[in-house]
Amino acid sequence: MKTTITALKAFILLTIICGVIYPLTITGIAQITFPSKANGSMIYQNNQIIGSELIGQQFSKPEFFWGRPSSINNNPNSSGASNLGPTGKAFKAQFNARVDTIRKYHGKIEVNTIPKDLLFASGSGVDPEISPEAAFFQVERIAKARKYTTDQMNKLKDIVKSSIEAPDFQVFGEERVNVLLLNLRLKGL
Amino acid sequence: MIWQDYLQIFIFLAALIALTKPLGLLIYRIIEHKSGSGIFNKIENGIYRIIGVKSDTTMDWKTYLYSLLIFNALGFGFVFLIQLLQAYLPFNPQHLPNVEPILAFNTAVSFMTNTNWQSYAGETTLSYFVQMIGLTVQNFVSAATGIAVFLAISRGIRNRMNKDLGNFWVDLTRTTIFILLPLSIIVALVLISQGVVQNLNGYTELNTLEGAKQIIPTGPAASQIAIKQLGTNGGGFFNTNSAFPFENPTPFSNFLQMLALILIPSALTYTYGKIVGSTKQGWLLFSVMLTLFVVGLTVSLYSEYSMNHSIGIAGNMEGKETRFGITNSVIWSTATTDASNGSVNAMHESLMPLSGMVAVLNIMLGEIVFGGVGSGLYGMLIFVLLTVFIAGLMIGRTPEYLGKKIQAKEVQMAILAVIAPSFVILVFTALAVMIPQGLSSMQEPGAHGFMEILYAFTSAAGNNGSAFAGLNANTPFYNMMLGIGMLIGRFAIIIPVMIIAGSLSVKNITPVSAGTFSTDNALFGFLLTAIILIVGALTFLPALSLGPIVEHLLN
Amino acid sequence: MKQETKTFDKKLLAVAIKDSFIKLNPRLEIKNPVMFIVFIGAIITTLITFTSFTAFNIQISIWLWFTVLFANFSEAVAEGRGKAQAEALKKMRTNTYARLLSTPPLSKGAGGIPEKQVLSSELKVDDLVVCETGDLIPSDGEVVEGIASVDESAITGESAPVIRESGGDRSAVTGGTKVISDRIIIKITSEQGNTFLDKMIALVEGAKRHKTPNEIALTILLSGMSIIFLLAVVTLKPFELFALSASGNPKSTLTVPVLISLLVCLIPTTIGGLLSAIGISGIDRLTKRNVIAKSGKAVEAAGDVDVLLLDKTGTITLGNRMATEFIPVKGVEEIRLAEIAQLSSLSDETPEGRSIVILAKEKYNMRGRHFDENSIQFVPFTAQTKMSGVDITDKGKKLEIRKGAAEAIKQYILQKGGAYPPEITQIVENIAREGSTPLVVTENNMVLGVIRLKDIVKGGIKERFEQLRRMGIKTVMITGDNPLTAVAIAAEAGVDDFIAEATPEMKLARIRQEQADGKLVAMIGDGTNDAPALAQADVGVAMNTGTQAAREAGNMVDLDSNPTKLIDVVEIGKQLLMTRGSLTTFSIANDVAKYFAILPAIFVTVYAMNGTGVLSKLNIMGLQSPESAILSAVIFNALIIIALIPLALKGVKYQAKSASSVLKRNIFIYGFGGLIVPFIGIKLIDLIITTLHLI
Repeated sequence: MKTTITALKAFILLTIICGVIYPLTITGIAQITFPSKANGSMIYQNNQIIGSELIGQQFSKPEFFWGRPSSINNNPNSSGASNLGPTGKAFKAQFNARVDTIRKYHGKIEVNTIPKDLLFASGSGVDPEISPEAAFFQVERIAKARKYTTDQMNKLKDIVKSSIEAPDFQVFGEERVNVLLLNLRLKGL
Repeated sequence: MIWQDYLQIFIFLAALIALTKPLGLLIYRIIEHKSGSGIFNKIENGIYRIIGVKSDTTMDWKTYLYSLLIFNALGFGFVFLIQLLQAYLPFNPQHLPNVEPILAFNTAVSFMTNTNWQSYAGETTLSYFVQMIGLTVQNFVSAATGIAVFLAISRGIRNRMNKDLGNFWVDLTRTTIFILLPLSIIVALVLISQGVVQNLNGYTELNTLEGAKQIIPTGPAASQIAIKQLGTNGGGFFNTNSAFPFENPTPFSNFLQMLALILIPSALTYTYGKIVGSTKQGWLLFSVMLTLFVVGLTVSLYSEYSMNHSIGIAGNMEGKETRFGITNSVIWSTATTDASNGSVNAMHESLMPLSGMVAVLNIMLGEIVFGGVGSGLYGMLIFVLLTVFIAGLMIGRTPEYLGKKIQAKEVQMAILAVIAPSFVILVFTALAVMIPQGLSSMQEPGAHGFMEILYAFTSAAGNNGSAFAGLNANTPFYNMMLGIGMLIGRFAIIIPVMIIAGSLSVKNITPVSAGTFSTDNALFGFLLTAIILIVGALTFLPALSLGPIVEHLLN
Repeated sequence: MKQETKTFDKKLLAVAIKDSFIKLNPRLEIKNPVMFIVFIGAIITTLITFTSFTAFNIQISIWLWFTVLFANFSEAVAEGRGKAQAEALKKMRTNTYARLLSTPPLSKGAGGIPEKQVLSSELKVDDLVVCETGDLIPSDGEVVEGIASVDESAITGESAPVIRESGGDRSAVTGGTKVISDRIIIKITSEQGNTFLDKMIALVEGAKRHKTPNEIALTILLSGMSIIFLLAVVTLKPFELFALSASGNPKSTLTVPVLISLLVCLIPTTIGGLLSAIGISGIDRLTKRNVIAKSGKAVEAAGDVDVLLLDKTGTITLGNRMATEFIPVKGVEEIRLAEIAQLSSLSDETPEGRSIVILAKEKYNMRGRHFDENSIQFVPFTAQTKMSGVDITDKGKKLEIRKGAAEAIKQYILQKGGAYPPEITQIVENIAREGSTPLVVTENNMVLGVIRLKDIVKGGIKERFEQLRRMGIKTVMITGDNPLTAVAIAAEAGVDDFIAEATPEMKLARIRQEQADGKLVAMIGDGTNDAPALAQADVGVAMNTGTQAAREAGNMVDLDSNPTKLIDVVEIGKQLLMTRGSLTTFSIANDVAKYFAILPAIFVTVYAMNGTGVLSKLNIMGLQSPESAILSAVIFNALIIIALIPLALKGVKYQAKSASSVLKRNIFIYGFGGLIVPFIGIKLIDLIITTLHLI
């Protein structure tokens, strides 16, 4: 019985420290030091939230850069992935469908020439980024859909180039391009 | 793979090796320090006064274990209850309803046992109150429980004819307040600087550029993520865990989380060496763990980068995030299954067959390749005892480990600790593939579907928490069986380990001589590795051959 | 006892084969959990064979029964060798008549006391019996009066008779031995059925065999592994059914006999089947070296010994010290010293005394002189005086000649008012430092000089100790010598430590201290005063020539009474554990190959492409058919037990090397060997059974 009381006191005390003081303190510090990041790196336009830098949006129209395929249509409330075995039939069907979608706009090209990240669904379903290759790959299609001049298209290429984020500290992770930010820059063209 | 990939692996391993000693030493000093008069001592003594513990009283194995079990039972009861009542409790901006009892049971067991298997979807099931007051607290104390058991058995090995295994309340306090909490604060703040969210706001609804509606969840994530990694808990704040950008926004936050998830288990090898009085012993265990880690990593990398014949493309990006790429996803999948963490930054179900097999085999080996905080080391010690026993006989002496004779009782408890998780994995999986309640949750057919179930019970038994997430585990059958599996996987090991600790503690220490079987050289490391692999392989080869091996051969 | 028993003696073999069938008794089989699983498996498979009468099922059943029988056989062979020895002993136990004395003898020569003839089985403890020339000693006892030579060859194999006398350390007699001269009165110490002989018979027969601590621990490990494999095999059926339904091929090849075959191949039957044979044969090997272990536990403990306490005399040095030099003090002629020394020793029948006479004879050709019986009186050595000598009354002149330990002589001389020259102290010290024993010789109150008695260290003993050191065993020499002498002999013999001027209390204290440090101690002793130390030691070997108390206190008895035997005992203990560990490793390593044989075979229809399952790719041995693969694995599993019986009985090769080199060797042979051998074996068997069209 004595042990139970000790356990109870210890549990209550640790709950207060780890469950209340700790997260609230961290929240407080976060809100002071990194208010934007702590609240979701939201992008505002006219005081209106139009998206988060970190949460990929669904793009299926040819005139936008597309992000990674998503099993949840980029709706993050209950994030998720395909969870299909990559050697299975179901995956192959989805994979082929993704190839078909690309081919619909890019012509009958070899599967191997399509940047991989446009054929494989992301883990979170809201991956905000694609590889630079995937971005360049889409430039022509967007130019065509938006009826850009060659000049404009070259400008677009420059925009993509300047949007490439290097690996963190030049070491960690991959080169990548944020799709939403890139699409937002389309407006200026 | 290109040179950057190798460089990242190298930096990860180098950082792990470099941090093991300083952190291990720090932990040792914090745990074993004598009372003094500094600020930390004042805090500590204040805590003991509040909970009514005399810090200098010591416990034998029974008292230690009893305190631990009572404390864990309380934690389970509390988390269970607040889920059932979350609709009536504060910090619930989304007005989420009360949780189903069986799901609540599963979740409470899951967090108490340091498994953090998540049958629920974080964003849509649990309120901030439950996540903070319930789960975050369990993330701390379940990790501290693991370390406590590790400390008890280490002291049992060190003691000479002495029952004193330390004081559970002291170990719990020091571990939680002075090790886990400060580290979590540091990690949480760095993560926030990278973009991990930390707020108490409601979810944001917005219209996308293309005009679709998007609901963006948020919450006090960073504080929970820091401890979920450090405490090898692994339970994500969001459903897709560390693949979700709010949980793991940049490659650097990814690096930090990968390191955090394996750091304490690794450092404890050094702490262990300090406690038993020979850091060489600790480094030996570290080397064995590192070897098994590197072997698993190599096979996984090979498998992920190799050709997927069914679609004709080499390099598997399915279920992986662009910012991490294949290499960082595979380091993570290896580390998280080795370390009993269970958090993911890529979907394990979408791994290639062999890397999926490495993931599940890492868990099947007993979560001892670094393993959970504390639990990895005490699990490894079980294999050390078995190795010492078999090899020790071969030199013609009653086997000894660090001067302690390994006899019937130790062998009995050690083998029990090996049987228990094997029982859960094999028997529960067999049950699930025989009945409709088990089969109907499968997403994929055939060998891959079999792996979904096998992985689920393996994850439960190993207290890992990761999943082949296609399996719909949120059913009464799976919630119940996985809950029971987690309980067995946790306590059917803790209890034998504590019995061993008590038994070894009262034994005399035979001094070292030329006839002593030394446990700190390469030969022993080799034997230990061999025993781990052989026991694991012999137990699970038939099951694996019907899962990933078939898949691999079919591809 | 010394007769050699071959591993496979024809007569023994016949008995063993019979016994292996008798042992097919569930109550006996269950004592060995691993083999019990095979036993149950064999029964189930046989029953199934009756309903599904196929060549495969029949052969699997047969080989499963063989597996059980082979294991029983190994145990029976090991027991058989013990039984043969027991038979020889039993012959001595024939009932004899004893001459029971009705009252205790009051004085020497109890001839007048009435005695009656009783059957030896009717004797009770504390009864007094008389034995004379030609009598068989009816039961264990202690000589309370008289001295006799006794033929103990029946139990020791040693044909030379031994002296048994009342008092002292040679008073114990064993029932069944024969008095060949003189007459003794014996107090019975154990009743029939409980005598030393009875215990010996029981021990060598293995009737009262208890599992030893390591054996228990190993049995637990093996049972645990069997449970794991049981889980793996039992769950395989549902897994297979699921896989079959998923691959659209409902034909299951995984029948119960196949599952049982897989289980039997995986569980550690090799070590499980041979475990008790190893234990029995360990005791048997001791018996062959004329050491009777009272329990297997003691044999096992012998392998763990960290410290050996060894008596100097008889173990490290040849029993007798020899006089090698006369060193006179200044002013005394050496020849005079020799003469007086010889005189002092003429009646001294100890080996040392005789060696002095011999040295005097060799050096100065001195003959023994004759004195009138009445003019000479011998002063024997006693523990109190620590000196001996003669008092001679020659022509009215009284001569008191003494020789003895320096300290004792000094006291004696000073007491007599004589001078103890400092020169002597110097000589004595020098001699002692060189490891020899000085004997100071005096005539009346004058010190004449010193005799050097040299201890001869046994040849080869130094190397033996060196081996022990490499094995990590510390040797401690126990001697009654003074520290100076002890240190020299210790250095010469190469022991690690010594206890000089040892008393029984010191031995006991030393053992306790070593044990408190966590060490296991073995010692050998004979006298009653050794009994506490023998009881305290983890391994206490009593000499058969010792007292009954010593024999009771120790956990082993050395029938040869050869103290060097302790080293053999340690080696046998180690060998016993090594054999178990090595065969366990071998058994586990075997499983890898068995998986490669059986898994592809049982999953032949699973996930089939073009009719064969993809897992057939794992059939790296290229075995002919699924049936032949499974049968080959089962046959290999059974035959390996038979093949390893000689190894189990003889023990793995023992080498006195450090732990890590022994380990490396055993891992290489039994670990890697265990991996490779079954690949070859199973492939060969597969070739044979397919050639013979057995399947």
